[in-house]
Amino acid sequence: MARQPEPARSDLSSPSAVLSAADVTRVVDRMAHQLIEKCAGAGDDAAGGLADLVLVGIPTRGAPLARRLAARVEAFAGSPVDVGAVDITLYRDDLRMRGVRALEETLLPEGGIDGRLVVLVDDVLYSGRSVRAALDALRDLGRPRAVQLAVLVDRGHRELPIRADYVGKNLPTSRNQSVRVRLAEVDGVDEVVVTEGEQ
Amino acid sequence: MKRHLLEAADLDRADATLVLDTAAQIDQALAGREVKKLPTLRGRTVVNLFYEDSTRTRISFELAAKRLSADVLNFSAKGSSVSKGESLKDTALTLEAMGSDAIVVRHSASGAPHRLANWVRGSVVNAGDGTHEHPTQALLDAYTIRHRLGRLEGVRVAVVGDVLHSRVARSNVRLLHTLGAEVTLVAPPTLLPVGVGSWPAEVSYDLDVVLPKADVVMMLRVQAERMNASYFPSAREYSRRYGLDARRMGALGDEAIVMHPGPMNRGMEIAAEVADSVRSTIVEQVGNGVSVRMAVLYLLLGGAPS
Repeated sequence: MARQPEPARSDLSSPSAVLSAADVTRVVDRMAHQLIEKCAGAGDDAAGGLADLVLVGIPTRGAPLARRLAARVEAFAGSPVDVGAVDITLYRDDLRMRGVRALEETLLPEGGIDGRLVVLVDDVLYSGRSVRAALDALRDLGRPRAVQLAVLVDRGHRELPIRADYVGKNLPTSRNQSVRVRLAEVDGVDEVVVTEGEQ
Repeated sequence: MKRHLLEAADLDRADATLVLDTAAQIDQALAGREVKKLPTLRGRTVVNLFYEDSTRTRISFELAAKRLSADVLNFSAKGSSVSKGESLKDTALTLEAMGSDAIVVRHSASGAPHRLANWVRGSVVNAGDGTHEHPTQALLDAYTIRHRLGRLEGVRVAVVGDVLHSRVARSNVRLLHTLGAEVTLVAPPTLLPVGVGSWPAEVSYDLDVVLPKADVVMMLRVQAERMNASYFPSAREYSRRYGLDARRMGALGDEAIVMHPGPMNRGMEIAAEVADSVRSTIVEQVGNGVSVRMAVLYLLLGGAPS
C-alpha cells in the first residue's frame, strides 16, 4: 500500500507538509476500502457487515473524517453507513493539568450502538489517551459488539497499550515534533503538516 | 471565567455564551443515555451550604455535582452548629478544612457569598443571596429562552411582579442584557427598587400594554414571607392587575412563552391553566437547571486549581 516515492511533490502547500490534499483523499479512499474488506467478511447479507457498522468520530477533526469515510464507504459499497461523534472532553485525564475547554458535539445514530461494530475515527494517534477517553465514553453510551480504531496518521509514542486497526499513514516522529492534520471542514484546507517544536 | 460565580455581572458575553453552549452539549451528550453520569469531577468535593430553605435549587445543584461524579455534602443551617451560634466564616473554614473544592451557598443576607469568597480558597457559587442575586437561575432562564426561541439577541422579555425583593429579577436583567435581550420590568411602583432607572431595562406599570409585544413573560413569585409593608392593597387586587390569567395569555404572540422560577402561587401571580399550558416552560426550566449547573461546575472546577 506504499505511496509512490514523491519526486517533486510540487503539490504540497508548504515544505513541512507531508500529505497534500490529493494524498489525504487517496488515503481516506484506501481506508474506506479496507473497512469494506474487513466488514464484508463479518456479515452474511449482501451489504456484508456494513449494516452493523457505526463510524464514530472523535471531535474536533475525527468527526468530519468519520463523515468522509462513511461517504466513501457508501460510494464504494453502495450501502449507507451510520455516523456519529463522541466528545471526550469530559472524560479526559488531563483536564486538571490543561484546564477546561469548550465541549463539542456528541451525536449517536438513532438506534444507538448496542451490539454493533463501532469504529472510532481520529486524526492523529499519539499517546493513546484520547482513545482511552473515547473507550470510557463509549462504555457509558452502550455496549458495542466490538470496537475498532481508524486513524489518518499514526505518529507513534504510545503511552497506553492501544493500537489502530486502520492506519492512513505511519509517520515516524520525534516527541518534540508536532503533527497537524488540517481538514477542509475545519481548517479550510486538506493537508498533514509536521513542524519542529511542541505544539 | 472568573473563579467564583457570585453575580450575573461576573459573566461577560463570551463567558455566558460558553456556559449556555456547554450546557447544550452536556444535554445532548446525556440525552437518551442509560448511564447519566460523567467522570469529569471525580475526587472533587462540592458543599451545598444552605442557610435558607430551598427545594429545587439545592436538589438541582446536588444532582448536577453527582452527575459529574463529584462528592456532595449537603449542609443546611437547621440542625447544625449554626443553631449553636457558629458564624458563616467559621462554618466555611471548617468545611474547607475538610477538603471542599467548591461551596454552593444560599443565604438570606445579600452579599454573604461575596464575603465567603474572600475567606476560602475554593470556588464559591451563589445559589441565591437575600434580595441580591441568583445567577444560575438567570443562566437557566436564558438557556430555556434560547432553547425555545432559538435566539437571545433582540428577544423581548417582560419580567413581571415583585422586582423589589427578587434576586431572580436582578440576575436576569443583568444577564439578559449582557446577552442582547431587551428586558421590560412590570410591577406596581411599590415593588420596584430605588434606582431602577439605572438598570439596563425599561419599566412599565401596565401589564396589558406590555404583553402583546413580549416574546417571553417571566412571572415572579409574590414572596409572602417578605410582604410585610403593605406593598399592595390586597392579594385579589394584585392578582387582577399583575397576575397572568388565561385572558391575558390570549394577548400574547403565537410564539411567546411563559416562565416562572418557582415555587408558584397558583391563582396569585399565575393562573393554573396558564402554568399548565403549552406556552409554559416551568417544568422545562427545572430540567435545564441541572444541565446549566453541570456546565457551571465543570467550567469552575474542571480545570487546574489556581
